[in-house]
Amino acid sequence: MKFPFLLDLKSAFKTFTRNKIRSFLTTLGIIIGVASVIATISIGQGASAEIQNTINSMGSNMLVILPGTTALGGVRTGFGTVSTLTLNDAKAIRKDCPAVKASAANIRMGEQVIWRGNNWGTTVVGTGSEFTYIRKWPVAKGTFFDRQQVGSAANVAVIGQTAASELFGLINPVGHIILIKHIPFKVIGLLSRKGFNAFGQDEDDIVVIPVTTMMQKIAGITWVNTIFVSAVSSTDTTLAENQITALLRQRHRTQPHQPNDFYIRNLTEIAQTANTSSTTFTILLAAIAAVSLLVGGIGIMNIMLVSVTERTKEIGIRMAVGATKKDILKQFLIESAILSLFGGIIGIIAGAGISGLISTLTPLKTIVTVEPILISIIFSLCVGIFFGFYPAYKASQMNPVEALRYE
Amino acid sequence: MDNTIIKLENIGMVYKTGDVYYEALKDINLDIPKGEFVSIMGASGSGKSTLMNILGCLDKPASGRYYLEGRDVSKLSMNELADIRNKTIGFVFQGFNLIQRLSVIENIELPLYYAGIGQEEAKQMAEEALELVDVTGKNSSFPNQISGGEQQRIAIARAIVNNASIIMADEPTGNLDSVRSHDIMNFLKKTNEERGVTIILVTHETDIASYSKRHITLKDGRIIKSDLEALTSQ
Repeated sequence: MKFPFLLDLKSAFKTFTRNKIRSFLTTLGIIIGVASVIATISIGQGASAEIQNTINSMGSNMLVILPGTTALGGVRTGFGTVSTLTLNDAKAIRKDCPAVKASAANIRMGEQVIWRGNNWGTTVVGTGSEFTYIRKWPVAKGTFFDRQQVGSAANVAVIGQTAASELFGLINPVGHIILIKHIPFKVIGLLSRKGFNAFGQDEDDIVVIPVTTMMQKIAGITWVNTIFVSAVSSTDTTLAENQITALLRQRHRTQPHQPNDFYIRNLTEIAQTANTSSTTFTILLAAIAAVSLLVGGIGIMNIMLVSVTERTKEIGIRMAVGATKKDILKQFLIESAILSLFGGIIGIIAGAGISGLISTLTPLKTIVTVEPILISIIFSLCVGIFFGFYPAYKASQMNPVEALRYE
Repeated sequence: MDNTIIKLENIGMVYKTGDVYYEALKDINLDIPKGEFVSIMGASGSGKSTLMNILGCLDKPASGRYYLEGRDVSKLSMNELADIRNKTIGFVFQGFNLIQRLSVIENIELPLYYAGIGQEEAKQMAEEALELVDVTGKNSSFPNQISGGEQQRIAIARAIVNNASIIMADEPTGNLDSVRSHDIMNFLKKTNEERGVTIILVTHETDIASYSKRHITLKDGRIIKSDLEALTSQ
């Protein structure tokens, strides 16, 4: 098997350029197959990235605990209308649940905030010092309030980007005093930009103060609206959910036959489920596309069989001048591999084009990554070699005397 | 004995068509010395093509022994035979048998590539062979762009390019007019005389066979005549 590889390549290219239409039609199956694999995977990855983005913007391994509802005389009130969650619940969750890394109790109210001549109606949130960690929402300027400031119910505030620009314009808000319900708060930090949440609400239109200050000086209540919890890891959210349920039932002295007086929303789990189903869908689509690759491979096998028969004489001549069986096998294998690879490359270009078109015409932002491209190239090469093997083998087993006699 | 390049001992060949066995060659014994110009004659069906295929290592005999340059080649594998065809034997066919998709020079280079010779060297050797057969300025032409006589010269160039010691010429003039036929025969004769290449010619034309020094006549798969005399008497 001494025949130079490059000359086999050259010969293969010659064969295709001589039969352009035939080569194109032969590889059409591969082209469509690879193009649909590339396009579906790019759609799947785009959707996945969007979901991942949502998970990340929600917070790190986050669970939200809401108070339960009451049913009095058949009238069922909504979430948060009963005061079953307390600051101490939040503290106990952090202390006694091993799967929980951080927790923060929250009270949320709409209030008018005033700085000098400006006023702005915004959401004031009382929360704990671990808020920035749980929500993955660091400060851009200044600092966030610490545990001591929460303990002492200090009059400090951290302001969101939208609220800051409405009140302060271009002025750095850190260090200024703002009024909430006529109570002065010192702005100690500016939150980084979070953007809009999944429901289109501006997350940056917010003023954050210690939850204790909120309870004692603004809201005048002893319970909290929600507790944010961060699990130790993304795989521990369900464990954390179970530990919290047990702990809260014990703390609230819930009898075994009674339902929970709180709800836990496992946001990570919900998002992960969405992600998994989108992945499953992508795999399904890619599998269907792979079937078309198989059909494409059969097309290549068919045309290679025709090609081998057409070139029987050439095979005989090559054998007469010294080609071994392996030389002939190699020549036709390279030909079918190149044919298939050529289809694969056109398919990748077409798939990337379709993916780009989807990106521009629909809100979904598709992502074309290197991996499916590499896999497509390798896969189409393999299809060519696999389906080209039988025709090439047939060519290599020809009897030189009979092959030379063929007209 | 050292001078014998081809030695056949009791060579037999059998073909099977359906349930019928057909004995194409029976008990062939033949010695061909190095540098000889031999013609094999016979009517169609006499077995001369079968003998040619065995001599050219394209086919294996059903029985008997074939010594080529002292080596028993009758039991070699097809791959080993491919190597012998590549290095020792050059073919010139009636239908020229050039690959139409390849240019003149590429056709001549082909045996060299299967011998593992590099592209640069192969090109140089092919050009030299092309010079020997007096075809110039047609290197990148394709076989269908040149005349039959030229195509056969290209085939001769391909046969001698790898310094083969034997040329098997199977009706080399069958597709040519008489002027070109004699032209090709003169080339073969020249190759035989100047390069000492053993030439085995299969033909049914007496005037073509008269270029050779020795004539072997086959009939019904047997050698009926093997002599060094001129054919004019026939």
